[in-house]
This record gives sequence, structure tokens and C-alpha cells, in this order.
Amino acid sequence: MNPTGARALLDRLLRRIAPEVDLTGADPRAPLQDLFDLDSMDFLNLIAAVHEETGIDVLERDYPRLTTIDGFVAYLADRTPGPSRR
Amino acid sequence: MSLVRLATRPTIHKTAWPAGVVPNVVDYEATRATFSWEAARAELTGLPGGRGLNIAHEAVDRHAAGPLADKVAFRWIERDGRRRDATYGELRAATNRFANALRALDVGKGDRVFSLLGRVPELYVTALGTLKNTSVFCPLFSAFGPEPIHQRLERGDGRVLVTTPALYRRKVAPSRDALPALEHVLLVGGDAGGIDCTLAFDELLAEVSDELVIPPTDPEDMALLHFTSGTTGTPKGAVHVHDAVVAHHATGASALDLHPDDVFWCTADPGWVTGTSYGIVAPLTHGVTSVVDEAEFDAERWYRILQDERVTVWYTAPTALRMLMRAGAELARSYDLSRLRFVASVGEPLNAEVVVWGQEALGLPVHDNWWQTETGGIMIANLAGADIRPGSMGRPLPGVEVALLRRGPDGRAVVHGGPHGTVEVIEEAGVDGELALRPGWPSMFRGYLHDDDRYAMCFAGGWYLTGDVARRDEEGWLWFVGRADDVIKSAGHLIGPFEVESVLMEHPAVVEAGVIGVPDPVAGEVVKAFVTLRAGHQPSEDLRLDLLGFARKRLGPAVAPRDIAFDQHLPRTKSGKIMRRLLKARELGWPAGDLSTLEAAS
Repeated sequence: MNPTGARALLDRLLRRIAPEVDLTGADPRAPLQDLFDLDSMDFLNLIAAVHEETGIDVLERDYPRLTTIDGFVAYLADRTPGPSRR
Repeated sequence: MSLVRLATRPTIHKTAWPAGVVPNVVDYEATRATFSWEAARAELTGLPGGRGLNIAHEAVDRHAAGPLADKVAFRWIERDGRRRDATYGELRAATNRFANALRALDVGKGDRVFSLLGRVPELYVTALGTLKNTSVFCPLFSAFGPEPIHQRLERGDGRVLVTTPALYRRKVAPSRDALPALEHVLLVGGDAGGIDCTLAFDELLAEVSDELVIPPTDPEDMALLHFTSGTTGTPKGAVHVHDAVVAHHATGASALDLHPDDVFWCTADPGWVTGTSYGIVAPLTHGVTSVVDEAEFDAERWYRILQDERVTVWYTAPTALRMLMRAGAELARSYDLSRLRFVASVGEPLNAEVVVWGQEALGLPVHDNWWQTETGGIMIANLAGADIRPGSMGRPLPGVEVALLRRGPDGRAVVHGGPHGTVEVIEEAGVDGELALRPGWPSMFRGYLHDDDRYAMCFAGGWYLTGDVARRDEEGWLWFVGRADDVIKSAGHLIGPFEVESVLMEHPAVVEAGVIGVPDPVAGEVVKAFVTLRAGHQPSEDLRLDLLGFARKRLGPAVAPRDIAFDQHLPRTKSGKIMRRLLKARELGWPAGDLSTLEAAS
């Protein structure tokens, strides 16, 4: 997955979990939970959705790396997607 | 409809005391027999000169004036891992300043001071400084949306609000004009550029003295206001008084087993009652050091805090424990948790698997306990010095008298001879009944603000009716069964379906909504909404997401539904009320029960 694809994935998944969030113009280095009203359950749902869509298992210890837009994109772009369930 | 919970795991016997610390309560029966609230009150000092009882004096000033003055009271761990400490002496000075700042603003006794903040030092200074000024502290959860915040500020007559520029801009400013009673908004940190009609917290405190004599405080003076949700209507503001500190202190000893040298970590946010009673008051009255994490849940971070801060007593929630469980026991075992000696949990029933997982991962079983906003403090608990029955909420604490009351067709306790008449106490074991408490413990709520009727409805036959259903086993351990009403318990917080339904019905496409809790492996229950669309609107994924975003924007993630479904035939009673219980039965595939009061769903 390239960075553009990872960013599009984040857009798509967040739209499912927190449709009110608009990432346009958001600070890519700030924690998403600060920029928008997202709680721990939302974040867990985001991680679960990543797995569901891409087959990528995000390890618990890597969760903090996915909390910003830049972090999410870098993490996903680094990984080759596994077989998609969709 | 009840989710029956039975003893699925063997009793955990205590064979040795962890770290060699003898629990405060070892002989349960004897302690109960000799306990009195009068004696518990004598553990506190009261205001000097017999001027009454003030929570902040017991929590801060009496330690600051003695050998604990230089002991760390709070250690805040910032997001980036940096620590900030405040000793009892420093906390005394900072809270004196806040009380003096309130006085300078002409805010006095009984005036409501709200906070809408993360777990930053200013929140704790606001809480305790407000109490010193004999004003009333009302915490709001920062993950609430604008709607719940507005409702609570309005209903609670908020005169002062302490918040951040970002939270203010997003959640308060748009409707400030509709809150005429809100005179002062104090902003903490951040960039307040472009915000009118507010004051800077730091500047205000810098201008006033750090010396203060706490005014005379009657133990029955209002001290804390905690909002909670009911089945119908707006949220209820449960009023607590300064005398509550007697129960905070006593239960800190009995249920949390606090000893003077403990390092204590209560993970609850002070926006909820647990984070105030046990995240602020109880550890301070015991003179221990409390750890506060300013960040949100993260498994590795939490284990690191337990290890690095050498936490000895840990009070957390089932949702957090289940999330840790998902991360695996190996992760826990890669940290040195040897200082930990007691783990307790509250918020929703703790399933037996989690209690036992604690033994594997933390080396200690988890002790579940039970209480609610109205009780102000822990009422029923598994104790450090007693066996644990995994899955049970434990036994009544010393000073607490519990009964189970026979229930009627509506799920609530049957009351004979008018609304406050007599009730039927269930004597036999193994029978579901509404959990009831004998009034008289010091932290019992003294009313719902501006709502005497709803307060009166909570009592019958000399009992306070909790709205929870439980059963008792032969030896007296209590087991949670479910709610007697439609209130949803999600991640340890109560959510009123009516609040959520009302917001959904403000959407132009929605004519009606029914909201229930559906089981969730992590949160216990999550909120699910069923909506009926107005003529001319068609169900679609886009509309579903629009509704979800609409509800989240107004209610915030803590209250908004996680899932929304379309339903043009919501089940209703003959009088037209939506039957949430039937909606739930249908959703979960339960037998529907008595349908005689239902209109046929055509």
C-alpha cells in the first residue's frame, strides 16, 4: 500500500466509525483523539476495521504509532496488505 | 429479561497477604458487627475550632499542616511521559488560590463551579479549591458532546466553568448565549486568541493570596453535584454533601484497603463519580500518593505506569481490564508488577474470566465492587482480606445494609399501598430482586437538584431502590443480574436511552427512535439505535452515516450510538410508548415475554 492508499483507507474507515470527522486540513502530526472527539472504543474499532479491510494485524504495542494521520499512513504504507476479506 | 450469571469458577481463597500487608478488614463479620458511622466520623479531624466538616480540609489541609506536608499527593503523567508532582503543601497553596480567586469573582457558598477538562492538575485544583470556598463542584466528562454539556450546565445552574480554549470553542461557545447563569469561564492553557468574555486561569490565580481560612462548613452543606442518566427525561443531578467524606475515607480503607505507604492509581476520569470519590477524595484523606495518567488507555503505557510508579493499589474498570486481556498475559508478564498488592474494579459486572486472568497476568485476582452515583461511595465489595467468588460483586461493606426486593411486571420492586408504602424483602437465596439499601450512610445523595419528585420515587418501605437487579447466594455474596429499567451501562457509564432518542429525533429524517444496549465483549454494552424514518426518506448507508455523525456531534462518543439501524415498525405499548425491552428481546433473539400490553406490530 502506498501513502495515498493508506490515507484513503483512513478516510474510508473513519467515515464508518465517526462520520462527522473531516480530515481536510487537519494537522497530520497531532493525535486524532485531540483533533476530534474520538474515544478509546473508536480507536479500537479503527484498528479492528484495518484488520478487516486489509488483513493487517496491528500489534498492541504498535497502537500508539497509529494515533496521528502521519503515523497511520507511515505504518500502513510500510506493510504489504494480506488477503482482504472483502 | 435477565442475563443470568452463575458461579462458573471456584472460589479464590487467600492463603497469604501480598507484600505481607495485612488487610484493613480480615474478620468480615466482626468488623461489620462493631462498625458505626459515628466511629468512622471520628477518624477525621473536622475544621479547626469546631467549625464543621469540609472535604478539602480532610483531604489536603490537615496533611499539609503535619508531617505529610512534603509528601507527593498527586503525580500527573503527561501524554509525553513527563511527570508533574504536587506535594500536600503545594496542593494546599494552589487550592487556597483557587478558592480566593472564586471569592474575588464574588462566587460563594452553594454556587456551582463546573469543570470540563482532561485529567490535568488544574482539574484537581478546581475541585478542591471549590470545596474550600464552600461552593459546589460539578465535573463534566470531556468526551461529552455539546448537548449533554449544555443540559448539565443549565440544569445545574453553572455559574463558573473551568475548561480549555479548544473544548470551549468546540462545545460551549456555540450555545453560551443560552446559558445566562454562566457568568465566568476560566480557560486553562492553550491559545485563547479570539475568545471573548473569558478569564485566564493562571492569571487569576497569580493575583490572589495562597493563604485561606476555610469558612465554617456544615456537614450537610452541598459539596458535589454528579449528573447521572435515568430511563426518561433529562439527566438527574445527584446532590452530595461534605459529610460524604466520612464514607469516602471509610470505604477507602475497607474496600480499597488503603494503607499509609500505598501508591494508588484510580484510572477513572473525574467526569464520573468514581474519578471524584476515589480519584480525588479518598486517597488524599488517607494521605497516600496518587498517580494520574493524563493520556487515554494504552496497554503498554498502563503496564509501564504500574511498573515505573510502583503502584501498590490499583482501581480500574472492566472495560480496561478486558482491553488488557486482549493484549495478552505475556505483555503483562514482561513488566515488573511486583509492587502491586491489590486490584479492584468497578463500573459493570466483572466476568469471572477477568478475575481469574488477573491471577495469571498480574499475579493477583481482581476484586469487583458495586456502587452508583447516588450512593457516592462503594457499597458492596470483594475485600482484600476475604475470599473472592469470581463473577460476584461481593458482600455489603461495614455500615451498609442491603436487601433484595420482590419485583413486579415492570421489573421494579413491588410497592404496596401507594408509592412509598411497603415492599417485600426476599429472604431466600438464589432469587432475583431489586437491590435496595437502607438509607443513612454519609455519602448517600441528598436529592436530585430541582427534582424532588424523582428523588422521592427512589424510596419505598424505608429502602433506597437502586434500579439494579441482583441475587444472593447461600453465604451472602451478591451477584449482579441486570438493570431493572432501560438504562444502558456502557464502559461503566450509565446512558439514558431517552437522551439519545431525543437527539436522533431532532434529525429531519427521523420521526421516532428506540435506543437500547446490546452486549459487547469490551464495553459490556454499547448503544444501538433503531430509527423510524419520516415519509419521503429512504433508508440508505449514506443516511445511516449521516445520522451517526449527527448524533456523535451533539452527544459525543461516550453517549452517542455506535450503531444505527432502520426500523419502520418499532414495538410499542397500547398507549404508544416504545417498548425498549421488546426491542432488546427482538435484537438478541430472546423470548419476548408478556406481550399483552403491546400493540400488534403491523
